Amino acid sequence: MTKFKHPQILLASNLKDGEVVFLGHNGWERDFRHARIAKSQEEAQILETIGKTDYSANIIVDVYLTDVEITDDGAPRPLHYREKMRIKGPSVRHDLGKQARGAPDEH
Amino acid sequence: MSINNSNTLSRINSPKTTYQYDQFDKNFIRERVAEFREQVRRRLDGSLTEEEFRPFRLMNGLYLQLHAYMLRVAIPYGTLTSQQMRRLAEIADRWDKGYGHFTTRQNLQYNWPKLIDTPDILEALAEVDMHAIQTSGNCIRNVTADHFAGVAADEIEDPRPTAEFLRQWSSAHPEFSFLPRKFKIAITGATHDRAATLAHDIGLRLVQNASGDIGYCVIIGGGLGRSPFIGKIIREYVPRAALLAYLEAIMRVYNRYGRRDNKYKARIKILVHEKGIETIRAAVEKEFAAMDHTAFQQDTQEFERVAASFAPPPYETLPSESSKLTKARLETPAFDHFVSVNVSKHKIAGYAIVTVSLKPINGIPGDATSHQMCVLADACDRFGFGELRVSHEQNIILPHVKKDDLYTLWQTLDAADLATANAGLVSDIISCPGLDYCSLATARSIPIAQAISLRFSDMARQRRIGKLGIKISGCINACGHHHIGAIGVLGLEKKGQESYQITLGGDPGFSASIGEILGPGVSADQVPEVIEHLVDFYLAERQENEAFIDTWRRLGHARFKDVLRREGEDGADI
Repeated sequence: MTKFKHPQILLASNLKDGEVVFLGHNGWERDFRHARIAKSQEEAQILETIGKTDYSANIIVDVYLTDVEITDDGAPRPLHYREKMRIKGPSVRHDLGKQARGAPDEH
Repeated sequence: MSINNSNTLSRINSPKTTYQYDQFDKNFIRERVAEFREQVRRRLDGSLTEEEFRPFRLMNGLYLQLHAYMLRVAIPYGTLTSQQMRRLAEIADRWDKGYGHFTTRQNLQYNWPKLIDTPDILEALAEVDMHAIQTSGNCIRNVTADHFAGVAADEIEDPRPTAEFLRQWSSAHPEFSFLPRKFKIAITGATHDRAATLAHDIGLRLVQNASGDIGYCVIIGGGLGRSPFIGKIIREYVPRAALLAYLEAIMRVYNRYGRRDNKYKARIKILVHEKGIETIRAAVEKEFAAMDHTAFQQDTQEFERVAASFAPPPYETLPSESSKLTKARLETPAFDHFVSVNVSKHKIAGYAIVTVSLKPINGIPGDATSHQMCVLADACDRFGFGELRVSHEQNIILPHVKKDDLYTLWQTLDAADLATANAGLVSDIISCPGLDYCSLATARSIPIAQAISLRFSDMARQRRIGKLGIKISGCINACGHHHIGAIGVLGLEKKGQESYQITLGGDPGFSASIGEILGPGVSADQVPEVIEHLVDFYLAERQENEAFIDTWRRLGHARFKDVLRREGEDGADI
């Protein structure tokens, strides 16, 4: 595991429909605001372990941790622009993806 | 799950002008659908792991992208019937989000299919003789061709029969299903290269020898991506009867010597570059001489069987000029511009080739809504013998339109936002999906295309600039063909930000060249401004009828670099 520098969330793709999902406190969530935030390397390892288990259980695919910052309202916000894109949807089609269902309109 | 209905199957005014699947073809793709349906079932119930399933889904064109799965549907040599186009629209509406993306390899991509629906989608495609086989994986991919094939005035022979012949040969070929890396073939039969044959693993040009026999000039080792190379001629002339045998010899040499230890060095272009074309030629000729040719003895008859499917449509005998067209052009300036820019010369008197741009100002290059697909299907039934083409430039072609019908067609297209008169102009930008969709991308490319298009939204200015190919890729894999754009834009990540490298001097044609880097990367906001400065410099310096690439070649790269340096000194913040 790389050195822990920032809070992290675990994201993946749902096996059946491919949608991006985030590990929450009660399973996989489709809204990143419900993602469980790891604030230490140990917590990140716990998330990874759950991810590996659910990958093996054929629930999700393409699972990985990503660095976030925590906003004033306590929600995680990815630091990298790639994941900022994944939590919303295409920047050129605001009518598609999670943003179409009311995810925050900012990266 | 069938979605057959009378609307999809109706083809008014639609003779058989392209290859018709026989029972063997139909059985083959239906069996593949059934096989994939079972693989999906086994994946969902856990019998197959992701590692086991991944090669199966890729062999059927199904990727996992940033937001969802993506299904890449093959459109062999870019030819579509109206019936097939309607089916693509129906699939978009039923299982996707009402649109599709036409790609730089004459495929169509759906960006939002669900894994659980994919077998049904493939079955719906199979009903109209379409599939997604070999649109991914280390195999011979969809064979692409000149989008003006069969109708171009500058053509020696229609390349589509050869392309179909190659499609049948390469589909599920057991020897070439696990190549070191993917393998792309393009073919042209014209004197102008509209298929970028020099940028493919194998490029084929139909040529005539001294005896008047038609055969193939074979080019190998071209390619874009991380390490771009212009292809080299391996043999000036291969007779038609020997084509498959010769290509098999090439594939065997590649299969044997191509690197499998490093995916970045696994394409045939690297093999040709590292070993040299003479060494590869000698190896291919040796293999060609030694191989058992028995299996190829029926090739000529088989080619003739395939070629018979590509009968020309029942053209009317018409005068070469249309007074109706002349009158409409005089009365309607916008239509006149459309004809000047988007209509090309047809080999039959009284007919024209129409390019329908999928690049409206501020649009997403290559995207078409299901409604637009239906409009195009109806239009080609009404005006063009029910046949369409998809270009690698991400536009749609109506290849057989009577000049008398052009005005009515234009009105139909205009009502569906399909009449942008910019084919080949500065806003006819090739762009990959980039980071808006693609999991490999390092930067967005579509917003860059939109910003450039907006910067040059004045159509009169575009016409003054003339033909100018801008091509944008969102990563080094170069799906947007940036290396061969007169102006190329490559999106990269630099210190956690999107950064864009600009290249000049790329050329996709017979005089192919790889673009040269202009300088350090710039931000997304700066790209349109940089390009505008380059275009302004070109306009100031060009000689009469001189294209951008020719001015660049005449003046040299340094002069264009100087433009930006001067602009920067003037405080333009470039």
